[in-house]
Amino acid sequence: MSADPLISHQPRTPDAASEARLLEIRREAERQGKVKDHGIHPQGAPFPVASPETGYYGIHLLKEPQWTPDIPLYFFTGGAAGSAAVIGAMADWIGNDPELARSARWIAFGGVLVSSALLVHDLGKPERFMNMLRVFKIQSPMSVGAWTLAAFGGSATASLFAKAAERRFGSRFPVNVIGNMGQFFSALLGLPLHNYTGVLIGATAIPVWNKNIQTLPIHFGASGVQAGVSLLELMGHSNSRALNLLGIGSALWESWEGAHLETRGGEELRPLKRGLSGWTTRAGGLLSGPGALVLRLLASATNGTKSQNLRRAAATCGVLGSLLTRFGWVGAGSASARDWRLPLEIPESHATEDNAGENKQAASDSVHVRAS
Amino acid sequence: MSMGNGLPEVNGHRTTAFLTDSTLCIGCKACEVACKEWNGIDADGLEWSGHSYDNTGAVGASTWRHVKFVEHEPIAGLGGNAADLNSWAFSSDVCKHCEVAGCLEACPTGAIVRTEFGGVYVQPDVCNGCAYCVVACPFGVVQKNKDDGRAFKCTFCYDRQKDGLKPACAKACPTESIQFGEIESLRLDAQERLRELHSRGMTDAQLYDPKETSVGGIHAFFIVRGDPKQYNLPPKPEVPTVYLRDGWKASAIGSGLLVAGALLAFLSSPGKGRSGRR
Repeated sequence: MSADPLISHQPRTPDAASEARLLEIRREAERQGKVKDHGIHPQGAPFPVASPETGYYGIHLLKEPQWTPDIPLYFFTGGAAGSAAVIGAMADWIGNDPELARSARWIAFGGVLVSSALLVHDLGKPERFMNMLRVFKIQSPMSVGAWTLAAFGGSATASLFAKAAERRFGSRFPVNVIGNMGQFFSALLGLPLHNYTGVLIGATAIPVWNKNIQTLPIHFGASGVQAGVSLLELMGHSNSRALNLLGIGSALWESWEGAHLETRGGEELRPLKRGLSGWTTRAGGLLSGPGALVLRLLASATNGTKSQNLRRAAATCGVLGSLLTRFGWVGAGSASARDWRLPLEIPESHATEDNAGENKQAASDSVHVRAS
Repeated sequence: MSMGNGLPEVNGHRTTAFLTDSTLCIGCKACEVACKEWNGIDADGLEWSGHSYDNTGAVGASTWRHVKFVEHEPIAGLGGNAADLNSWAFSSDVCKHCEVAGCLEACPTGAIVRTEFGGVYVQPDVCNGCAYCVVACPFGVVQKNKDDGRAFKCTFCYDRQKDGLKPACAKACPTESIQFGEIESLRLDAQERLRELHSRGMTDAQLYDPKETSVGGIHAFFIVRGDPKQYNLPPKPEVPTVYLRDGWKASAIGSGLLVAGALLAFLSSPGKGRSGRR
């Protein structure tokens, strides 16, 4: 497994003191036929052992996710596309805001195009994606997601082109029906599309993901809404009050989620708090949670250009936060898979200093036994 | 597709299994070599891990059998083959071919199937390399080959079994540490072997066959001495489909929140239709 070594290779170069001592021992053995006194303490000792406290040399059992960065990017684009379709349909039918609905259709359509490209690219060969559509498996979130994305893509495309034709040539049968049906189905399918990726990673063997299965889909959904709202605002809808309200709602949820994760303990959650994955999820949570929330509240308390600028700043926070959240969670999955203690249910206290001390003692004993 | 459950035959075929007995393993790695030879798997490269005589560390895309070298700290003053000295054990690891297999459930293409022998098989011509099975396996077995792009693991020598032959590893094992046969009779053999080992004073010998978890038993069980954790065998492997109910419930709640939120936002916003693009 030279491509993906599970074992970290520490350089174990001979050091002068050990070599000198070994030479002494050899000479002593030659002269007297036996060796008294201590042997050497090799560099890097105590070496990992296999034991109920240290597992199998601390080699992790679970495999890390083998996805390329295409996949967390897809979590972002898919979430934004799904949310935009729902928001757009609402804007059209309830909000009486056809311009917002039109922009939302573009985000849904563009999001599907980019999402498909990312998924195909991750698989390496384009024709491989078609294998996703040879069966439908309700028990596989990956299968449900592939079908949802495919059906969503069809409806989003139909609604975009039919509504565009309607605007240009007037509302005529059957174009108006196709447009409305497309809009309805893209909104309906946008609901699972905007948050199923939380189920996708939650229903796995990776501890940090499956321990959060009850909130991950809502968290990823809120992140998708944040992205959809922010993209719509950056497309010029930064004066829509409804969008700001949705942005406030999802930022509130993201703030709660951040607090919920931070206040809970447990070794499973550590990759969300430490290391690169921890700081990425934290930065994402701060940007799309409290960061976006404060800017949006300020924007609703002010007027005119100042309010618009605050909205655009909030939207930038939302997009960045959503992106970082996706990358952070996927990275946390890798870190969680590398934590060999979790699947073996070995608490950390076992393998800390006391144990290392014992090992060291045992190691020097054994060298002593061998040498004498 | 559930099999086993005391059903020895499915469609006229025997449900088969591996019994890997670590008390008989001599760590020769003939199983690894036979597996590579028969299945034409890439070389792993010769890496000195420093972890006893283990080279690869775990099963993976190019390592379908993997001999673990469970080397304990030597106990000062003891040596030889004393029954109470469990200082060096070998165990040949392999895909567990779970009764309820996480990889099989997760596979979106239907590439991973249950064979007529009860094994879990990845059809290489259907696999599209989505790598979802990799994170769905509670034993960390299946892995994507980075060069090829598809997922690989032990096939349970499906081709050989179809021709009535033993899997290559079991065939090559010189000590019959790897036994192959009908699953229920192998389970009986395992119990008998345990009784024998216990009567010889190896009271720490036990069978690793997690039937009580959602994995529902495995088709490759192991006799090990001492805590299975030191063989990287997890105490409670769970098939990830157990998380689906909570996940989809949360997804439904999230969708409801989005619909309700969007309704509230648009209904409560005055000046409808005024958000023209600037």
